[in-house]
Amino acid sequence: MATISRPVPGTLVRPRRSAGLWADAWSRLRKNRLALFGLVLVSLLLFTGIFGPLLAPWPYQAQDLKAVAAAGGGPLPPGSPNHILGTDQLGRDLFSRLLDGARISVSVAFVVQLVILTLGVPIGALAGWFGGRVDNLLMRFTDIIYAFPDLLFIILLSVAFRDTAFGQAIDGLLMVFVAIGITSWVTVARLVRGQMLALKETEFVEAARAIGVKDRRIVTRHLLPNGMGPIIVAITLGIPGAILAEATLAYIGIGVQPPRASWGSLIAEGQKWIRSEPHLVTFPAIAIALALIGFTFLGDGLRDALDPKLKGKQ
Amino acid sequence: MITYIARRILWIIPVLFVVSVITFVLMHAVPGGPWDQEKRLPASVVARLNQEYGLDQPLYAQYINWATDFVTGDLGPSYRFQDRRVNDIVADGLMTTVQLGVMAFILSVVVGIPLGILAALGHNRWPDYLSTSLSIVGIATPSFVLGILLIIVFAVNLGWFPTGGWKGPETWVLPTVALAGFPIAVIARYTRASMLEVTRKDYIRTAQSKGLQRSAVVNRHMIRNALIPVVTILGPTLAFLVTGSFIIERIFNIPGVGQFYLNSITTRDYSLLMAMTMMYAFAVAFLNVVVDVLYAYIDPRIRYS
Repeated sequence: MATISRPVPGTLVRPRRSAGLWADAWSRLRKNRLALFGLVLVSLLLFTGIFGPLLAPWPYQAQDLKAVAAAGGGPLPPGSPNHILGTDQLGRDLFSRLLDGARISVSVAFVVQLVILTLGVPIGALAGWFGGRVDNLLMRFTDIIYAFPDLLFIILLSVAFRDTAFGQAIDGLLMVFVAIGITSWVTVARLVRGQMLALKETEFVEAARAIGVKDRRIVTRHLLPNGMGPIIVAITLGIPGAILAEATLAYIGIGVQPPRASWGSLIAEGQKWIRSEPHLVTFPAIAIALALIGFTFLGDGLRDALDPKLKGKQ
Repeated sequence: MITYIARRILWIIPVLFVVSVITFVLMHAVPGGPWDQEKRLPASVVARLNQEYGLDQPLYAQYINWATDFVTGDLGPSYRFQDRRVNDIVADGLMTTVQLGVMAFILSVVVGIPLGILAALGHNRWPDYLSTSLSIVGIATPSFVLGILLIIVFAVNLGWFPTGGWKGPETWVLPTVALAGFPIAVIARYTRASMLEVTRKDYIRTAQSKGLQRSAVVNRHMIRNALIPVVTILGPTLAFLVTGSFIIERIFNIPGVGQFYLNSITTRDYSLLMAMTMMYAFAVAFLNVVVDVLYAYIDPRIRYS
């Protein structure tokens, strides 16, 4: 918070240190209860994603067949001894599988955005900086990618490479990361391009040019950092979409391969037992919901915090 | 304006061409072929089938064959559904998918926009909290989860609606709601944000200070202006509803075309897969043009050249 400096006799008035963009944004974010709630959910998800396997009482693929047999063969209900959230029909601990699913969702969330950033930022920056023909090419390309039905294109890619080494990597997840990334980077590229076009005309860029700063340095030191806010917001708000896409794919049996299970495939498996053991669907569904809500709230909060013009809009 | 529309529509053609080439190449890069079955066919039979369907020719020749047929409106024979043309298969299911998509679209607009308006008018009071909670539920619930929940509650437990199928209005309700859940939430959130922004505009203050009734300010000045940006998300929403319905069709056992997309990929039914991709790509590209044109039409400040 800014401190008011009082003039001390005999000294000069110290100018108020201007709060940087980030300090400013953080002070605004802190006042937004929904955003903080989102931040808590996201931190929780990150924590379980990273440390989940250490917390899990069982390995995700371990089968407690004895307990299932003793209970008469079906899935164990929540609150069973040793299985706090119950098990599936193979005696696999639902809580442990949910924790492993958190790891999958976290990696989808971040790896996909990494793919989007590495593709979208340089391409958008080039198009915005050079304009003209390069820009036209990007915009035409964007039209084509937009016309591809995303989910269906991802399915085609995933099935196409399912049996190759690439498709098998990280239990089939690498393919999903790349496929979702390829269909979503254009949004960020367009955004970066727009930022570039707007910032290119500003006075500080003019000044930098006038003192002979090289193009590359202007882009990396002046344009990109100044255009960072909207990019961060777009990335955060893109995460729920990626998590949802992965869950949907897993639900129809594409992507992560058994015995590993993401939240989407847990729901697909649990669906068979929904009448007697609805917890097999409800717990993974709640997990997905919390992840989606967390990133959406945090993204909304970041948008308000990083762009004071939009403040209050929520 | 007319040249702008014409240019945008003509531009769909090269887009579709590139989409078709990428899909064609990718599809043939997939290992396996349409004749792979549990019981292996003798090599001589496979060779004869390949010859008959032109699969023995080089890839570019196959593409040219496909493209010439496509341009004349012939989508080719299905590889999996013997004795059936893709045209017939698509014709059978297309109306169902379109109907489901359009009904869900109408539902999302009719529910989403008023929900957003109410939230903004009762900003930070109970209508806002109610509407915001509803949209959070909509955003946090994937359509397949919503579908399962609706079946369990309204079909199995309460018995109000059938669990699936597509025979008459009572079978339409649950799939439409399941599909519309997410877009309702998105539209409501967007409308609310847009309304709140408009509320602070100078022309609203002017309208209020010259003594206009609240209803006139809201109806004539706020809602009209607030809905302009909302139109931009309606195109992607409709595209999402038409292309995203396959999972709902699967859950509710609906005989639309959506089921064929996944099936045609896994069974390597090349002609059916191409037909599905082209249909979806055209729908998305065309709807984007419609939105841009509509946008210029309702907002006189925007002019395309």
